[in-house]
Amino acid sequence: MNPVLTIMGYGFREAVRRKMFTVVVLLTAAFLVLFWLAVRYVFGRIGSIQPPGDVHVDAHTFAGAFLLGLAMFATLFLGVVLAVFLTLGVVSGDAERGLLQPLVVRPLGRVTLLLSRFLGAAVVCIVYVLAVYGIALALIDVYGHWIPPFPLAPGLELAGGVVIAIALSILGSVFLSSTANGIAVFMLFGAGLTAGLLGSIGHALSSPTIEHASRDVAWALPFEALYQDGLRIISSNASGVTGFLLQLGPFGGAFVHGWGVRIWSLGYLCAALALAVFLFKRRDL
Amino acid sequence: MPSALAVHALEKRYGSVHALKGVDLSVEEGELVGLLGPNGAGKSTLVKIAVGLVRATRGQAEVVGARAGSRAALAELGYLAELFRFPGWYTADEVLALHQRLAHSEGGDAERTRLLELVALDDARNRRVDGMSKGMQQRLGIAQALVGSPRMLVLDEPTSALDPAGRRVVRVLLEDLRDRGVSVLLNSHLLSEIELVCDRVAILRAGEVVAAGSPAELSRPRGVELETDEGTRLVEGATREDAPRLVAEAVAAGRQVYGLRVLTSTLEDTYLEAVGDEVS
Repeated sequence: MNPVLTIMGYGFREAVRRKMFTVVVLLTAAFLVLFWLAVRYVFGRIGSIQPPGDVHVDAHTFAGAFLLGLAMFATLFLGVVLAVFLTLGVVSGDAERGLLQPLVVRPLGRVTLLLSRFLGAAVVCIVYVLAVYGIALALIDVYGHWIPPFPLAPGLELAGGVVIAIALSILGSVFLSSTANGIAVFMLFGAGLTAGLLGSIGHALSSPTIEHASRDVAWALPFEALYQDGLRIISSNASGVTGFLLQLGPFGGAFVHGWGVRIWSLGYLCAALALAVFLFKRRDL
Repeated sequence: MPSALAVHALEKRYGSVHALKGVDLSVEEGELVGLLGPNGAGKSTLVKIAVGLVRATRGQAEVVGARAGSRAALAELGYLAELFRFPGWYTADEVLALHQRLAHSEGGDAERTRLLELVALDDARNRRVDGMSKGMQQRLGIAQALVGSPRMLVLDEPTSALDPAGRRVVRVLLEDLRDRGVSVLLNSHLLSEIELVCDRVAILRAGEVVAAGSPAELSRPRGVELETDEGTRLVEGATREDAPRLVAEAVAAGRQVYGLRVLTSTLEDTYLEAVGDEVS
């Protein structure tokens, strides 16, 4: 078997045995059940919602985009949890436990070893994110008969955001202990989300300073930028008051978006992995 | 023919700590070399540089002519780390199968069977690692190091968790490997073990090789013990060559000679002389 596949399988099996997937599947199932109830309730009652006559809100689009935005937030959160726990101890953690040394002295090379662990985690997380996003989308379609424009794109951007979190976690694992690395990546994730929410507030308050700060954070932490871009796509055909309200909400407002941020994210991912490989090759074990 | 392991002017610094100060060492084909020294002497650093886990600050380390740590070097190498662990949910067979794939070994099931028999784990083939004793895990570690029939084997404290029977298994295994032309670098605190199996010994102290040679070369004459009807007498400074003369002199003096023993220092004596008062 190819050494890359062998190491990918090794990481996958480790995750299975440590019951990571069990925890994530249970959390995901709980979320999806609650989300299913919410979608049923919202679309079951949407006909009875009567906005004021002078406010032209498309309640159907608003509900669909808002609920999908909520699902995207939960999917990103669960995806990042999975990503971090799959990779937080790939180098330092495994080296401290003596698991890494027998693998490193095999003739596959440190670069192959690290990138195989990255690929293994990325495949698992991409499948996971697309599955959860797809189920959420299907629930909204079934109960609300609403589908966003370019329905696959937000899912792919969420998956891209999680893959960037994997790269950051692997980079951190080269020089941080497992616990410190987990804390660091979750702090970065929290900082990104907070900055995104602050950006929405800044937009509502017309505060260029807050918007500027939010934009800078989105560039510095592109998983947040990709998430914002995904939110922008699902509300991109909502115009007028509906669009304005979606922009004001917690799942609206994209200050960094489009192909620029996607290309930047790809470059950022490559740079993070290249730095991780560079540091790992020089690291004494 | 390049040496199985050749280390030249090897230096390693960890910040202000000078762990290795220009070490020269070689292990030839089919040779079993023991590495001795107190804690902090640089033995583990030397071993880790040889297997590519640690980068040297200066100097060269080569395995069968390839730079230590390169794929070509690692392809010729088997290594048992001092502190290692295999995933607890793997069986012994699965651990070896994993390392066969990583080492590009085509030995298959036959190789795994042979290795498990070599380390007396053939009846634990399907036992999970977390159900094994420390000694069994260590023997599995040795089997793992032998996957792919490496030409150079580096063993860091391979018998630290083994009982006397387990040590004997390893000793017999090492002798068998030497007979088959495998080179071994053995880092161990157990002087008796090194004395029994090693062709050459290198003693490190504070990052330098302070003594090297075969156990016989490192031993020193400690006199001759003569047992006569007057009792046992130690003739200090006498060597094996003096034995006939001493017997003749005693007989000429009318003594009844019952026995004679040529005394030499043990490896432990040599080691303690070389490392001084440092506690290992």
